[in-house]
Amino acid sequence: MRRPTKARWVLRIVVVAYLFLLVIWPVALVAKATFAHGLGPVITALTEPEVVFAFELTISVAFWAVVLNTIFGVGISLLLVRYTFPGRRALNALVDLPLSVSPIVVGLALLLVYSGRTGWLGRTLESAGLQVIYAPPGIILATAFVSVPVVVREIVPVLHEIGTEQEQAARSLGASGLQTFLRITLPAIRWALLYGVVLSLARSLGEYGAVKIVSGGVAMRTQTATLLVEERYQQFGAANATTAYAAAFVLALLAVVALIIVTSLRPDKENS
Amino acid sequence: MTQTAPPPAAPAAAPGDRRRRGRAATSLGAASGLGLGIALVWFSLLVLIPLTAVLVQASAGGWSTYWSILTNAQTVAALELTVGQAVLVTAVNVVIGTAIAWVLVRDHFPGKRVLEVVIDIPFALPTIVAGLVLLSLYGPSSPLGLNWANTQIAVFLAFLFVTLPFIVRTVEPVLIELEPEVEEAAASLGASRFTTFRMIILPSLAPAITSGAALSFARAISEYGSLVLLSGNLPYSTEVASVRILSFVEGDNLVDAAAVASILLLVALVVIVALDVLSRRVARYG
Repeated sequence: MRRPTKARWVLRIVVVAYLFLLVIWPVALVAKATFAHGLGPVITALTEPEVVFAFELTISVAFWAVVLNTIFGVGISLLLVRYTFPGRRALNALVDLPLSVSPIVVGLALLLVYSGRTGWLGRTLESAGLQVIYAPPGIILATAFVSVPVVVREIVPVLHEIGTEQEQAARSLGASGLQTFLRITLPAIRWALLYGVVLSLARSLGEYGAVKIVSGGVAMRTQTATLLVEERYQQFGAANATTAYAAAFVLALLAVVALIIVTSLRPDKENS
Repeated sequence: MTQTAPPPAAPAAAPGDRRRRGRAATSLGAASGLGLGIALVWFSLLVLIPLTAVLVQASAGGWSTYWSILTNAQTVAALELTVGQAVLVTAVNVVIGTAIAWVLVRDHFPGKRVLEVVIDIPFALPTIVAGLVLLSLYGPSSPLGLNWANTQIAVFLAFLFVTLPFIVRTVEPVLIELEPEVEEAAASLGASRFTTFRMIILPSLAPAITSGAALSFARAISEYGSLVLLSGNLPYSTEVASVRILSFVEGDNLVDAAAVASILLLVALVVIVALDVLSRRVARYG
């Protein structure tokens, strides 16, 4: 490269300064605010029953959303890559829709269908004894909705890349569909599947807008961790602020840990 | 075989002279057909039926009701703010996102790997926490002495934060694939660095920049969580489309909510279709 120095330095400084001002410094300030009075108040805040409940709810919701998305995500990916059927291209495009639809629209959409009072399916489900909206099933649906594309988008390129030769060989040697999937397809996509799971877990733990509409946000019943951060931040008093920051810090920490896991795993996949 | 035929058709073609293989194919076709059917039902129950419900609800009052909801002054103000800021943010991202991708791919300095993680933080961070994060530097207790909370600058900042990864992540892989030989050839033929960039690099990056821009626009107009604590949601001033929808939902006015939501849904659909067309044109899938 000719004359690399000056332009390169300017660009490097602009980029680092931009990221510092937009992401690094603000995130660091939140960490600082969380531990402004040491570790004690943070631990007290995080052991409050309401906080413990909110995190337990968030974790169990995220777990079920990820389980559902993993199973159906693999199914939809196989459908998109290995089969041709009318509407495949439309499905392929629609799978990405949850990433660009507003979480508020997601919440509204689920409310319209699953609300026990007016929903298309909600009334039937309610009379069968299953409350969806303002209850954990609704929160799981909202969380699963927004992270559907994550698993699919990780797996689809890998399925394209590995092709069908090995699967066909296995089948021609008499392996059943399930055997072929478990012994050929699954090992080939395992890394992509793992990223998908970690990323959708991170996303599920932090879902807020869609959950806000379908959960009702009642403390100790349907209040998830993100809803708790909002409620506490808007209430007055230092104790509430500490709780908001502590919960936000834990959520941020989980997100960053998930990111670091995925970033450090990626090269492994490329080598294998 | 099963690749070119829809799953239910595969077993019908299979049974013939070779029994064992035929039977294996049959059970495979039936089992995977069933599994894939369930996946589709799940996707419909989760995504397609609810989104259809929004459109049905929006059209419930007829065209004139729909139009009067959308021309309500407060709704117009919210939509204008949302689209205006989203366009602005996307324009900024086109420049800075491409620059960041360039630095991450072509430049080498200690700590570059940290920046890789930093780029993805806005994507992974819960949006409510993103609002809190921005508030710490640009809110009332800012160490810089800025207080942009509850202003339109706050909306701009929130959009800028949540859309950071999109263009970087779409441009980066293309830049990695780009052969440096072509640029060297251009340079050796006397092209200046700027000419090389404009004539060689930019055209190759254009599709990636376009799709990143579309994604970041779609993300910006649908943003909600990071604004809750940051922008104050003041009508006619910092209220964005999502907040407008939410206040309709909270007032149990689902027709109005669905009408505004249908606009956001439509924009998301347009973006998705445009991206699909673009990626097909670039990759020539067929």
